[in-house]
Amino acid sequence: MVAAGTSSGTQPLVQRVWQVLETVMDPEIPVVSIVDLGIVRHVRLWEDGRVHIGITPTYSGCPATELIHRSIREALLGEGLPEVVLETVLWPAWTSEWLTEEGRRKLEAYGIAVERTPSGRIACPRCASQAVERVSEFGSTPCKAHYRCSACLEPFDTFKCI
Amino acid sequence: MITAAESNTDAVSAEQRLRYLLRLADTSLVLGQRLSEWVGHAPTLEEDLALGNITLDLIGQARLLLAYAAQVEGRGRDEDQLAFLRDAAEFCNVSLAEQPNGDFGQTIVRQVLLDAWQVELYQSLVGSTDAQLASIAAKAMKECRYHWRFSCGWLVRLGDGTEESHARVQAALDGLWRFTGELLTPDALDAHMASHGIAPPLAAIRSRWEARIDAALEQATLRRPPPAYFPWHGKRGVHTEHLGHLLAEMQHLQRVHPGATW
Repeated sequence: MVAAGTSSGTQPLVQRVWQVLETVMDPEIPVVSIVDLGIVRHVRLWEDGRVHIGITPTYSGCPATELIHRSIREALLGEGLPEVVLETVLWPAWTSEWLTEEGRRKLEAYGIAVERTPSGRIACPRCASQAVERVSEFGSTPCKAHYRCSACLEPFDTFKCI
Repeated sequence: MITAAESNTDAVSAEQRLRYLLRLADTSLVLGQRLSEWVGHAPTLEEDLALGNITLDLIGQARLLLAYAAQVEGRGRDEDQLAFLRDAAEFCNVSLAEQPNGDFGQTIVRQVLLDAWQVELYQSLVGSTDAQLASIAAKAMKECRYHWRFSCGWLVRLGDGTEESHARVQAALDGLWRFTGELLTPDALDAHMASHGIAPPLAAIRSRWEARIDAALEQATLRRPPPAYFPWHGKRGVHTEHLGHLLAEMQHLQRVHPGATW
């Protein structure tokens, strides 16, 4: 279980894998990458020469998880990189705090608000009004809740704080 | 947190660990299957999505737990085989999870009682001496807290709502209360797991569960029913008649076409 990859010759491969992972988009929210979502927990080159990638699911039953695994393999293969080992990491459990700042900006630009703290303030991604009401604790995917703006009357999704 | 932890976990046999994992896994699986019956039938689209999302979380938890159980069992079975090819008497879920949905109010009452239990249980299991179980619990705990937020919110709206909604959820509570004894009463396996720090003592879960439920009932202006004798032992595979019907539907395809994928 010892991760190698400290010698300078091996780092470029790890960096290259990270670069490719940044292009793998979430299948349900195609504007954010899996790196933006914070679900890539590690990329390590092992002594046997294989790259191990640790992925954590956002929610236990997120149906996108398997598709994400396939997308990763396809993206790396497309870039001519060697076959990798995908590991599921359960601990520590994913938290929306791992969403990158870049990821938050992209979500908001896409029309999805981001809840920063549980029951914290949420602004309408369309008109920025904070006069919003929660329609449902759950939305179109496990990671989102459903809101409506009282100012511009538009409905919108909110990335849940969990 | 688990306080009665002991370092000696060797005395827990694989069979005992497997049985305990199945109690957790099957409760999530059976409750998830029950909730999925609402998909396409809930009172509004938003609640339909909510119940469907909770279903996904529960089945995801069941999958993680069953995969671990299969590994502990070590007989080459995987999580799908455990879910789809066991008979009712081999299921170890608490009997409350298999009770029919009834109306929306009854589904909410069942959910409130089980969410409170799962939140408290998983919160404690994060400190389990079983590292794999602790990892799964850390994830499940967050999801169950969110489920509780949903179910408790509805309990208050319905209980403190109209005369009709109040009467319906009170009736559901009166009808389902007798199944709660099983959640909180330890049997030999629960006690054995607790003595090795794998699971929390159920007495501790009971007091926290009661505090949580009492506060919710008060806010919902509902009356807590008196304690009731429970003759059901779902945890040991002795179920109400409802489980067999549920499994018949859930397992039908895999029984007819073993290993089918699509």
